[in-house]
This record gives sequence, C-alpha cells and structure tokens, in this order.
Amino acid sequence: MKKVIIIGFLGVIAYYLLSAFASVPFGADLIKGVKDFYLDKSPNDLKVANVVTSIVVNFRGFDTLGEVTVLFLASTALGSILYRRRSHDSGLNPQRTAPEASALVQTGAKVIFPFTIMLGAYIFIHGHLTPGGGFQGGAIIATGFLLMLVSYRKFFIEHNALTWIEAIAGSTFVILGLLGLVYANNHNFLENFLPAGKLNDLLSGGIIGIIYVAVGFKVGAEITGILDTLLTVKETGLDPEEN
Amino acid sequence: MQEFLTYGIYGTAFFLMLLGLYAALVKKNLVKIVIGLSVLDSGLHLLFVAVGYISNGTAPIFSPAVVGKNVVMVDPVPQALVLTAIVIGFGVTAVALALVVRLYRKHNTTNIDEIKNLKW
Amino acid sequence: MTHTEIILTVISLVVLIIAGFYAVMKKDLIHAVIATSVISLVLSLVFYLLQAPDVALTEAAIGIALSTIIFIITVRNTKRFEDK
Repeated sequence: MKKVIIIGFLGVIAYYLLSAFASVPFGADLIKGVKDFYLDKSPNDLKVANVVTSIVVNFRGFDTLGEVTVLFLASTALGSILYRRRSHDSGLNPQRTAPEASALVQTGAKVIFPFTIMLGAYIFIHGHLTPGGGFQGGAIIATGFLLMLVSYRKFFIEHNALTWIEAIAGSTFVILGLLGLVYANNHNFLENFLPAGKLNDLLSGGIIGIIYVAVGFKVGAEITGILDTLLTVKETGLDPEEN
Repeated sequence: MQEFLTYGIYGTAFFLMLLGLYAALVKKNLVKIVIGLSVLDSGLHLLFVAVGYISNGTAPIFSPAVVGKNVVMVDPVPQALVLTAIVIGFGVTAVALALVVRLYRKHNTTNIDEIKNLKW
Repeated sequence: MTHTEIILTVISLVVLIIAGFYAVMKKDLIHAVIATSVISLVLSLVFYLLQAPDVALTEAAIGIALSTIIFIITVRNTKRFEDK
C-alpha cells in the first residue's frame, strides 16, 4: 500500500518534470549572457585556457572556499562521529582490521603509488590549461594513499601532517583572496593581482594556478583523512559503553 | 534523432532521480537509503550537464588548436556547478555512512524499523 | 555529435538504467555498491561525450574509486545482506 502511494507520487513528479523539460530541447543554446561573458573574459582578461577552472576559482571563488570548508567539516565530523575511547580496547593504537594483503598486491601498490601521486600533482598543476584541477588531482592523490592503506596494515598516516597541510593550503587560499582586496585593480576579494601572462603558458592566470594547487593539497589531505578514519574503524559488534 | 536524444537523456536523468528517491523512501536498510541518495545525485548531475550541452559545441577549453577560430563552446556554468556538487556529494555520503556505522554499533542492526527509540 | 557518439550515448543510457535498477533492487549490498560504481563509470563516459571533460574526470576519480570504497568499508563493518 505504501509502495503504491509512493509510486503514484513519483509518477506525478515525473509527469511534471517531463512536461517542463519538453520545452527545453537538448543541444539548444538557451542561456544567453553569463556564458558569453565568461567565455569572453576568461581567455582575454584572465588568460586562463580552461573556462571551467576560471569559473570555479575566480568568478565563483567564494563558492569554492565554502566547498573546501564543507569538505573540512565533513572530515572533522567523521572523526568525531566515529571516535572511540581506547580504554577497553586490547591494543594501544587503533589497528586496521583487514587481513594483510598478498605479496602481489603489496608489490603492485608500491610500484603504482609514486606514479599515482605524480598524476595527481600533474593534474592540479595544469588545472588552468587542461581538464582537471585541484579537486580531481586531490582525489587522485587520495586514491594513491588508499591503495597503500588497503595493502599495508602498518601504513599509518600522520594526522598532524595532514592538519598542517590543510591549514597551510587553506590559509594560502584565504590570504591570496585578501591580498586581492588591497592590490588588485577593483579591490575585490579573490581578484587577480599578479601579472596574467600569456594564454596557454604554465605560468599564466596569476593567482588562479596557485589557488588551484592549494586546493589540490587541501582536498588530497582531507579525503585521505576521511579514508584513514573510516578504515581504522573497529570490528563490528555492540559497544558496551554506548548503551 | 535530436528528438530521440532529448527524451533519452532527460528521461534517463529523471529515471535515475526518481529511482533514487524511491529507494530513499521505500527501503528499510540504511545503507540502501544512502545508495539511493547517491543514485539521485548521479541523475541530477546528468540532467545539469545535459542542459548545458550545445549541439556541435566543443569543451570550454581554449587550447592552442581552438584559439582564434570561431568555434561554438558548450555552457561552462553547469559544468562548474556539477563539479562542486560531486565533491560535496562525496562529503555528504561519507558523513551519512559514518552515521550508519555509529547506529549499527549502538543498535546492532541497519534496519530502520528495528531502531525503536528514533520515534518521538 | 557524430553517429558513433550518438550510438555510444544511447548504449550508455541503457546501461545506466539497468545498473540503476540493479543498484536499488538487489538484496546483496556489495552487488548494489558495485552497480553504483558502474553507474559512475558509465556516467563519466556520458559526460565526456557531452563535452564536459572536467566533470568526467571528477566523476571518475570520486565516483568510481572513493565513493565505492567508503560504501564497501561500511558494508564490511555492518551487515552484508538487506533482510526482509
């Protein structure tokens, strides 16, 4: 009975969605104005080849600052939700419960790990020239650490180092934004105040490239922290202290 | 063909969204509910990118092969929004799953019907 | 879009629908999680075909690898099967 009501409800939603989008043909040039402004401004004024990067970091840079903050909050919240007192545990440090991986997996992980880090770094350094950027590069770096975490039981990540990386990268973002208030032409937050350079050069785009590198470090550290917290969760079963 | 792709892509996006909503409303298992929310997210991202697509457009990147030529580019704004949404979605999923693990530790079940003291 | 791209898109959409159905209906949660991973994989191909390489990269890195692994960790720490 409940299912029938819900399916009917979803049917009503589907009908209105379809009828609304019937007037939006696929592939039509619908939204004038803001798109043309970005497509004109990004290569000519900011000298950033990848328009998506220039929107994410510059035109909507404040949004990205909020996004990075949300990821930081998620990683902190995860730590506090899964926190456990260690008194009744047998071991001293939290141990990962997964069994040791086979030698093949361990050797493979050891070989692939540096190349994964290199790919991630390449992607966020070239964020303003090619597809990709800080978020993608950071996620790829976290994938590399994940590979090491699942293959080696003894591979521990220093949470202090992660905290420091996050703090330095985050304050780089905010300080570069604040410097824009002082030195840039129009005195706006996150406005470019460095020389823009030439289109399709590595050192083009002023602060955009620097900020995306900082975002890459920050996202990589945050996601690595999330994965490490989740992987060190203790075994299943009822917790006597929580009832 | 254009007509067909319109209904195909939008229809798939709506289907995924409604399927995710269905799972979140009907299913009793907490992990299944989070899976439903993740499927809903996927459909939403597909819808956004499809709305921003322009026929015969290229990716919005001024690579050396494109500079100076008169090319049509797809709308970069929905792509930037979806980029944000995917990363935020990951954070949301991670926190939701951490809550699932925490509830399992306390009640030893992932079925929402058996977790009695959530009622009020 | 060329003909090849249109054919690839249509195949991808069919796979998306099947994988979505599988992800929601399957009782074994590990299978459902792998189906969500397939959704992300195919979705990143569709994003690439719709000229959104940035989004495709993000979906590939986060949707396929990281999302899947946190789901699998959770399922391993709780119950594998969805009971009646």
